[in-house]
Amino acid sequence: MFGYYLDLALRSLKRNKVLTGLMVLAIAVGIGASMTTLTVMYLLSGDPLPGKSAHLYYPQLDPETGANVRSYPPDMIDYISAHDLWQSGKADRQAMIMLGSIKVQPGRIGQSPFMADTLATTSDFFPMFNVPFRYGGAWNPADEARGARQVVISDVLNQRLFGGANSVGRTIVLNGASVQVVGVLDHWRPRPLFYMLIGAHYAGGDTGGFYARTQDVFLPLPAALDINAGNFSWFTCWGKPDRINLTTAPCESVALWVELDTPAKAAAYGRYLEAYDAQQRALGRFTHPANTRLMSLPQWMAFQNVVPSDVKLQTWLAFGFLLVCLFNTVGLLLAKFLRRSGEIGVRRALGATRGAIFAQCLVEAGVIGLLGGLGGLLLTLLGLWLMRQQPVEYADVVALNVPMFLLTFASSIGAALLAGAFPAARASRVAPALQLKTL
Amino acid sequence: MDILPILSTLRRHKITALLVVLEIALTCAIVCNAVFLITQRLERMKMPSGIAEHELVEIEVQGIGKPTAAKARTQEDLALLQQIPGVKSVALVNQVPFTNSSWNSSVKLDPKQKLPTLNATQYFGENVLQTLGTRLVAGRYFNADEYLDFADVVRDEALQKKVTGVIITRGLGEKLWPGQAALGQTFYLGDDPVRVVGVVDKLIRPSLFGGDATAQWSMVFPLRMDTSNAGRYLLRTAPSERHRVIEAAVATLRKADPHRVIIEKKTIDDYRAEFFQDDRAMAGLLAGVCLALLIVTALGIVGLGSFWVAQRRRTIGVRRALGATRRSILRYFQTENFLLATIGILLGMALAYGINLFLMLHYELPRLPAFYFPVGAVALWLIGQIAVLGPAMRAAAVPPVVATRSV
Repeated sequence: MFGYYLDLALRSLKRNKVLTGLMVLAIAVGIGASMTTLTVMYLLSGDPLPGKSAHLYYPQLDPETGANVRSYPPDMIDYISAHDLWQSGKADRQAMIMLGSIKVQPGRIGQSPFMADTLATTSDFFPMFNVPFRYGGAWNPADEARGARQVVISDVLNQRLFGGANSVGRTIVLNGASVQVVGVLDHWRPRPLFYMLIGAHYAGGDTGGFYARTQDVFLPLPAALDINAGNFSWFTCWGKPDRINLTTAPCESVALWVELDTPAKAAAYGRYLEAYDAQQRALGRFTHPANTRLMSLPQWMAFQNVVPSDVKLQTWLAFGFLLVCLFNTVGLLLAKFLRRSGEIGVRRALGATRGAIFAQCLVEAGVIGLLGGLGGLLLTLLGLWLMRQQPVEYADVVALNVPMFLLTFASSIGAALLAGAFPAARASRVAPALQLKTL
Repeated sequence: MDILPILSTLRRHKITALLVVLEIALTCAIVCNAVFLITQRLERMKMPSGIAEHELVEIEVQGIGKPTAAKARTQEDLALLQQIPGVKSVALVNQVPFTNSSWNSSVKLDPKQKLPTLNATQYFGENVLQTLGTRLVAGRYFNADEYLDFADVVRDEALQKKVTGVIITRGLGEKLWPGQAALGQTFYLGDDPVRVVGVVDKLIRPSLFGGDATAQWSMVFPLRMDTSNAGRYLLRTAPSERHRVIEAAVATLRKADPHRVIIEKKTIDDYRAEFFQDDRAMAGLLAGVCLALLIVTALGIVGLGSFWVAQRRRTIGVRRALGATRRSILRYFQTENFLLATIGILLGMALAYGINLFLMLHYELPRLPAFYFPVGAVALWLIGQIAVLGPAMRAAAVPPVVATRSV
């Protein structure tokens, strides 16, 4: 039966090519626009560490002593608190992060020195965030503690400095200091840069910058503070900033991440954080009221509101567009089916059931949906190409993936069937006798 | 034109008519809001900076290093840059408009208040205002002997208390002391009072993280930067000389210290274009969507009109046989479209208002100006009429003889 309906549908569609073209185009354009924005949305709002993100937590407290009291704790914490919490080892894994830039002096002749983004951290960073390595691996905690001058570099920097060769064991000069490469990252492109979502919620939705590439230079924190002092940034200061010695400056300059594998451990860590905060206030180091917070990575991402507002707006817009296209298709299909009332009347008189008529009309709508899906796919590819030409930091990650590819077809056929269901139901209710009379 | 027969025909095609109405309504609502968003973006791109944008170039060098010798290094750099032919003014500054990197501080009107009044940006650097080309509207610029070295001030608590003068923008003054003259007023950074000695018309802050309403909240302090704490050399020259000056300045800076890294060399015009590139891209995208929407809607009207004309061929033939002119058939379809479009537009206006309320809630957009409604209505009426013209002319061409034939 399906084959016959398909044949009928193709005949009917061929009868009025312009109109068929219009319907296919409307669906294709609607699907193309919404799938393009949905793909971008999916890429930007996805879980950066599936299966693991719920176990990562971001401890916060208010270490300030100034007159201004914050309603919620600052986005980073001071070095002393971060180091205390890190050293306590209460979590399954913990990593301190400081961000800055560093001067790279290439050994090769003809290359001039340049500035690279750097991240100073502790050894747990790499296993905690599932950072992939191409060569070598993370430095070990013992070397880190004694301030060994070691470095992990990104694949991009490795390409630039060593032409992509295995550079483990080689030496690079960073801010005048010789540092040994112990690891080279494999391609790593977390979206967003979830471990450094600092201040995103202040950006008013203009958060494209948090989708940039990762840092190029990953240094062990003690060595980094030694060779690159003064080149690390801070979230804010409540006293006079001392950029050379951030370890004692009244500044929030460290992001601390902890991994807590069970809810019980998370609850215990929360209590520990409160106790630490209370103790520091008792000692007089903190003067503000207790204001601790332990958000999981998904909560932190939601709080930072990191998906750019332009992307959200585009998604709304695209779905409005799709809706218009659907109304368009429903109207055209309805007109088309009802115009064939005579034909339908004959089929009904010859014994076709309402169900059969409904099915026949739906097959025709489905064919339109399939064609619209093909067109929509091409338009989605075009749309994504256009997105890649946009001046946004996430342009390079915009590409169609398998789930979105399948969703394009499913939603296109779904949309067409939805658009076809009502006209088909109407067509199947055509009264045969009335139609035959007018023939 | 008699409307009643049209209405009775439409009553027989309620659902199809309703779909057209809905399509027009949605298109109207989306296009009104999208066009409004476009104008907002374009308006934003025109945001005034208060500086001589077309005459400025910036060269950013690695602004960090050993503080020793930085002062001498800076003085030598500035002297060399000043000697480049065509350079009118040069300054080493901590921040530059449109670069999205800024130094900010909380401001209080009363040192005892718990929460700061607002957050404003801080420009430092000798001659920064003269080089930027701001317009002084009250008071004065800093005297040469007022400047202190930033490097010394940071280290010395007592010296910080000596920074007592500040130049602010008119916008910041109006925000802090509404309805009063800002000149001579005092406000506090932490516990330290500063007095307004000068007011400039406008000076945009380098990053707008606090929203566009805070764009003009800028303060300038008499602090001298050196290469250990700042890296942005700002040069003012004639617009046509800018690219030559950039190259000459880079060569000069490289020659003076071959080990330093030149991070950026750009005109302020380039920075501005980059600063607003998201807005430009979004405006383009919205315009594209509007166009596509209008085309889809027009094609939908064409398609449906064609169907209706084909369906009513016989009726049209009968009418023609009974004496209706081609013109009246044409008018019939045009009026029908006008009626549908009108209902659609009315619905669309309500919807546009609703979408606008939603956007106001989530995207901090202002209210949709009232003139969008009549303009949107006229646009959709026009599109409807253009789209229906083809099918209506085909209908008018139906010969009366059709009435005598069976289908």
